[in-house]
Amino acid sequence: MSRRQGVLDGTLILLAILAVWQGLYQYAGSAALTPPWATVRYAVDLLGTPNFWGHATQTLSAFAWSVAISAVLGIALGLWFGAFRFAGDVAEPMLASLYTIPKVTLYPVMLLLFGLGPSAKIAFGVIHGLIPVVLFTLGAVKNIRPVLLRTARSLRLSPIQTARFVLVPAVLPEIASGLRVGFSLCLLGVLIGEMFASQRGIGFLIINGINSHNVKLTTAVTLIVIVFAVGANSALLALDRRLHHRG
Amino acid sequence: MTRSTRILRARWGVSLGLIVLLEVACRTGLVPPLAVLPPSEMAAAMVELLTTEEVLANVAATFSTVAVAFLGAVLIGFAVGVALHGIPRLRRAIDPLLASYYSVPIFVFYPLLVALFGLGALPLIAIGFLAALPAMLIATLLGLDRVPPVLRRVARMHRLGPARTAALVILPAALPNLFQGIKLSLAYAFIGVIAGEFILSGGGLGYAIAYAYESFDNRTMYGLMLFVLLSAVVSNTLLSAWESRLQRRRGRG
Amino acid sequence: MTETAAHAVLRGVTRVYPGASQVHALGPIDLDIAKGEFFSVVGPSGCGKSTLLDVLAGLNPPSAGTIVFEGKPVAGSVPDGVGVVFQEDASFPWLTVRDNVAFGLRRLGMDAAEIARRVDYAVGFMGLADFAGAYPAQLSGGMRQRVCIARTLVLQPRLILLDEPFGALDQQTRLLMGDELLRLWRETGATVLLITHALDEAAMLSDRVGVMSSRPGRFIDLVETGWPRDRDSRIVSDAAFGAVTARLWSSLRTESMKAIGRG
Repeated sequence: MSRRQGVLDGTLILLAILAVWQGLYQYAGSAALTPPWATVRYAVDLLGTPNFWGHATQTLSAFAWSVAISAVLGIALGLWFGAFRFAGDVAEPMLASLYTIPKVTLYPVMLLLFGLGPSAKIAFGVIHGLIPVVLFTLGAVKNIRPVLLRTARSLRLSPIQTARFVLVPAVLPEIASGLRVGFSLCLLGVLIGEMFASQRGIGFLIINGINSHNVKLTTAVTLIVIVFAVGANSALLALDRRLHHRG
Repeated sequence: MTRSTRILRARWGVSLGLIVLLEVACRTGLVPPLAVLPPSEMAAAMVELLTTEEVLANVAATFSTVAVAFLGAVLIGFAVGVALHGIPRLRRAIDPLLASYYSVPIFVFYPLLVALFGLGALPLIAIGFLAALPAMLIATLLGLDRVPPVLRRVARMHRLGPARTAALVILPAALPNLFQGIKLSLAYAFIGVIAGEFILSGGGLGYAIAYAYESFDNRTMYGLMLFVLLSAVVSNTLLSAWESRLQRRRGRG
Repeated sequence: MTETAAHAVLRGVTRVYPGASQVHALGPIDLDIAKGEFFSVVGPSGCGKSTLLDVLAGLNPPSAGTIVFEGKPVAGSVPDGVGVVFQEDASFPWLTVRDNVAFGLRRLGMDAAEIARRVDYAVGFMGLADFAGAYPAQLSGGMRQRVCIARTLVLQPRLILLDEPFGALDQQTRLLMGDELLRLWRETGATVLLITHALDEAAMLSDRVGVMSSRPGRFIDLVETGWPRDRDSRIVSDAAFGAVTARLWSSLRTESMKAIGRG
């Protein structure tokens, strides 16, 4: 397929989304959402106000913390489970099962343990983001082709050299995929946290907009969240694909 | 065989150990008793609650909402997946959307869904459906991609028509992925519905948990929470057991 | 070799892959395969051997030329009486060995007793009787390929096309599978066309071997082996076997050099 056709198709899809959006607006009216162009304009205005950035900073810092904790803890746990095959086999289905529970029900526990501040949000983000990082890392270590390690031994590499030149490059693409999924889920966790019990942050802005019937605000903030999430995810996905192609 | 029994035993051991650990931590005050209930009391509360009519009504409401969302997502996700697989150009164009789908917290669409569907179960069904749909769709696409081309050629050698090729060759070949999609769809529908109830609605188990939290009724909160978590884990474990029975028979060949 | 009548006839068969690149993969090919003949095709990798099989089986249409099987033109679909064994593992992982083998017969709506009789025979013939209830994942690669051969065999095809069926197997297994193939050929009286990249395999099994050029594939040599009908793998120790293999290699060497870019 030519590049030009790709761009054309992408544009068509974007237009289709805008058309559906406009159609929903026509159908459901201004009590439900604002039309595309008005929303974009209001969102741009919103991005110029210090009030919005006050909320955004709260969300972003909680998000950054939860991503960092999920990444460090998740990779460490994943490597550990991967290295000790038995522990990994015991843990993997348990983690997969934990991944499928409705984690939102645990949020009150986070609030009771950490109070109403940012720590509860961060902990809740970590609950969401940690497991995929562990699972992907574990899988990566488990699925290293044994011949690579035998090659390393036949080349008489030291353990450190083996890690540096064989293990890390072999598992990196999978870990990157895990981090990408963890990244999205941390954002989800932090936003849900803010939607449920918080006075600050983007999630609060959305829920506040809903409760005060401020459709303009809700739609605009929703758009900003989506653009941020999709943009970040696409960038990570591109990186992810490059790593996988190299590997 | 012995290794797998050992793993299974270790898994039970770890689970029980963690529960006992939590029990001890709560009883000795290591974890603030106001924050976390000991597991034994959670279980007692859960059993008690499940005898009250109000809770049973909530359970029925939530489960039926999840069931409708899940079934709808599986059927429509499969149908759309099959259609999209047949139109590669459309699929390529939509691919980035699918890849980014789960990075968007879909609860932000709840007000829109309320405006579209009114209050009640419908917007919740819609949230569960929207959460589960792409999982099934992506699994269907993946399953169809992974049907070895040689099997399609075998079908042609046996001179099967399109319908028989689909029923006798393509579907069974794609089944492992489809099953994966069904499993994920159930989990996501459940997560979506509970979260929708929790944050935004006025009924169902999710709402009951949020309400109990806000009225400082820890016993009810933990009892219901345990029930929701157990429901998710048990349904997922059952589906996984069924799946691995299927997988074991046919291996990974 | 007793040449009774041409079973399959190819005239001017050409295959150009459609699309922007227009790769000329095959032909033109003129070939008569006699009824009951064991014919093998060897050639450098990528020369269009498999394309030839696809076109002859009716799995792909030729871009030009005609194919006639038992007096009827082959067009668009696999004709009745033609069975194909593919290079890849084509066993159905969700069916047991017995159900795999019965697959084609069930589609024909044959009655259950007759199906059971034929399946038992084919399963036994291919040495799979002890594994009839097993799933392919529980079998070795060689046994899976036997399942696929049995699945084709039960249909009692009059022309059997095999596309490098032993390509993924080790040398000893290949020799033994070759013996079984010869036995099958003798007992069914079917015509066999075997695609292979192994010269010794072609020399050992065939009445006639066609040597193909690098792409676009054409026949550059047709070698008659002159083996008796009741031959087996022990023929590899015959002096004539060496001569046949040597002739195949001398025809093929330059073409193979082209295929790896040293032409």
